[in-house]
Amino acid sequence: MNAAAGVKTLRIDERDFSARADETILEVARQNGIFIPTLCELKGLSEVGACRLCLVEVKNSNRLLPACVTRVEEGMEITTNSQRLERYRRSILELLFTERNHICSVCVSNGHCELQSLAQKLGMDHVHFPYRYPKAQVDASHPRFLVDHNRCILCSRCVRVCDEVEGAHTWDVKGRGINTQIISDLDQPWGSSETCTGCGKCVHVCPTGALSEKGRSVAEMMKRRQFLPYLTLMREDRE
Amino acid sequence: MTDKAHTTVVIDPVTRIEGHAKITLHLNEAGRVEDARFHVTQFRGFEKFCEGRPFSEMPSLMARICGICPVSHLIASAKACDQLLAVRIPPTADKLRRIFGLAQVVQSHALSFFYLSSPDLLLGMDADPASAHIFGVFEKRPEVARQGIRLRQFGQQIIQRLGGKRIHPAWVVPGGVSEPLSAENRDAILSAIPEAQQIATQTLEWFKSTRENFREEISTFGNFPSLFMGMVKPDGGLTFYDGHVRVADESRKIVADNLDPRNYSDYIGEKVESWTYLKSTYYKPSGWLDGIYRVGPLARLNVADRIGTPLANQELAEFHELQRTAALSSFYYHHARLIEILYCVERLAELLEDPEILSKHVRAFATPNAFEGVGACEAPRGTLIHHYKIDEHGIMRWCNLIIATGHNGLAMNRSILQVAKHFVNGEKIDPSMLNRVEAVIRAYDPCLSCSTHAAGQMPLRIQLVAADGRIVDELVFPEG
Repeated sequence: MNAAAGVKTLRIDERDFSARADETILEVARQNGIFIPTLCELKGLSEVGACRLCLVEVKNSNRLLPACVTRVEEGMEITTNSQRLERYRRSILELLFTERNHICSVCVSNGHCELQSLAQKLGMDHVHFPYRYPKAQVDASHPRFLVDHNRCILCSRCVRVCDEVEGAHTWDVKGRGINTQIISDLDQPWGSSETCTGCGKCVHVCPTGALSEKGRSVAEMMKRRQFLPYLTLMREDRE
Repeated sequence: MTDKAHTTVVIDPVTRIEGHAKITLHLNEAGRVEDARFHVTQFRGFEKFCEGRPFSEMPSLMARICGICPVSHLIASAKACDQLLAVRIPPTADKLRRIFGLAQVVQSHALSFFYLSSPDLLLGMDADPASAHIFGVFEKRPEVARQGIRLRQFGQQIIQRLGGKRIHPAWVVPGGVSEPLSAENRDAILSAIPEAQQIATQTLEWFKSTRENFREEISTFGNFPSLFMGMVKPDGGLTFYDGHVRVADESRKIVADNLDPRNYSDYIGEKVESWTYLKSTYYKPSGWLDGIYRVGPLARLNVADRIGTPLANQELAEFHELQRTAALSSFYYHHARLIEILYCVERLAELLEDPEILSKHVRAFATPNAFEGVGACEAPRGTLIHHYKIDEHGIMRWCNLIIATGHNGLAMNRSILQVAKHFVNGEKIDPSMLNRVEAVIRAYDPCLSCSTHAAGQMPLRIQLVAADGRIVDELVFPEG
């Protein structure tokens, strides 16, 4: 433990907790069995606060704060679940579903998808926004994997795992706003990427069916993520 | 009389069929039916929107065409994908797919016969349309309705036991199937077979005993010479999963045999008409209109020399005696459907008793090795063909589907014309006349959502249209 970190005391959902000063609200909540939904966050990768699903209410703050990147502070009073938060979270999910073409019934990740299971868990029974139906492409030029931009939610887990764990930095992000897209190398077909090692880490950290192994039929793409904390741990030991 | 000249009757929507359609009957000055058209009114576009998708998604994507026969689409699609992979699937996977397909035929035929057509056969063609449905059958002959539901349940439960769910299972995959069959599921299916066989036999006996009541319908329900097309085994036996295409004429004489389904475009022509979304097909060597042929249960039994199971084979021999020619009346679709149910139940038992059926080796893996594949099988309603082209990365670039109901497009049109000429007369439409027009369509058991890939609300409208295009009378079912 970092000796300088010190200990903070705080309240989450009207329960008292103590935590290290370098811990985030999300970490403390998880350690104590409090559920906060996340999509972009993954243990073993850096946090970016991209999906905004982990927003929580903090007393005396006039805005909602993302639990994954907000460090605990002394005397903090946090609410992880309220009608307002539920409504916002459902809206975020609805917007994710309308932004691209998420057709669960014929998706390789059907039944094993974090976006789908979160929508079920948070009670997203209707989508109140018009669907955009963009004409997104599938890049199947890689011999073993494919990227289906129709299913991508831009969580950037693939970008981070490739950069931080594999060290290749094949993936990156281009464009802004609604035109944002994940790209390999300098926006060239994945199959012609010179940096990709073909390790498949990006495929397995992807929360949806956007990255998958070729040849998988509908509902057959199971993601295995056990390697990530294990790899991180092994590297820390070596350092 | 000029004001009475050329009237059109429109039946919209057509009821108790799968999908959406309307029928127009064109009357001449004398009030006699001159022309009839079966319009399929919706469009879905599966061939187009699957472009750009990975081929491995195709079986499940195509299964979404239909909630009644998703299994047939799964099988035809997976067979096309097997060709893209250029693999030979494990023998157990082949047998499991056959079981899946047979179960599908049982449930689909039971749906057609008991749920959709038995009201016509049991309650009569003149029955009040308000009570002509499965609940009406329940009131009059509860045991028949119950048996129909049991039989459909039998087929659906097999699909669920193998594929995990009854509708749109994703179990059939390129290269085989995704999961082997467990001993527990095999035993459960086997234990249900005696009851299913008894229902099939009893229904067949009952149907044969009432056939005489429908002489007028038999003689007018699409009773005309045409070609018949279906897949047969190398020995000429009935098959649903694999085989070559055979075409026979009205006297059951073989016109063409050993046709490879992969070369379907050599002998099947496709034509689009401006008044329907149904793509009509014809036998190319005979040309448009003369190349009219029928597919489905009636055609399969007309082209097959034998059925490989004892009880059904006996029934087939009797069926071949019905007319000196081939069984020409489309009313006999019902009869053929019942014989096929019996065959499926018998064949299911044979396949499930095979010791190899529990093998765990049920899938071959490969990356695409061919850019083009054609998969064909006999769906409940007839020959089903899926034709795919992919690029070097396995992405769909082109797709053509020939659906059973499309093969029957020309024959259905000719059949309603024959029925309408016989039963419809004058400017006032009598629902019982029109029910016969609908009933002949039901005999074909068309699945319009499959054949046009339609979406929207259900069924039938009949319009009586004058020569000047004026709609003189119109009936809509269900009303409102």
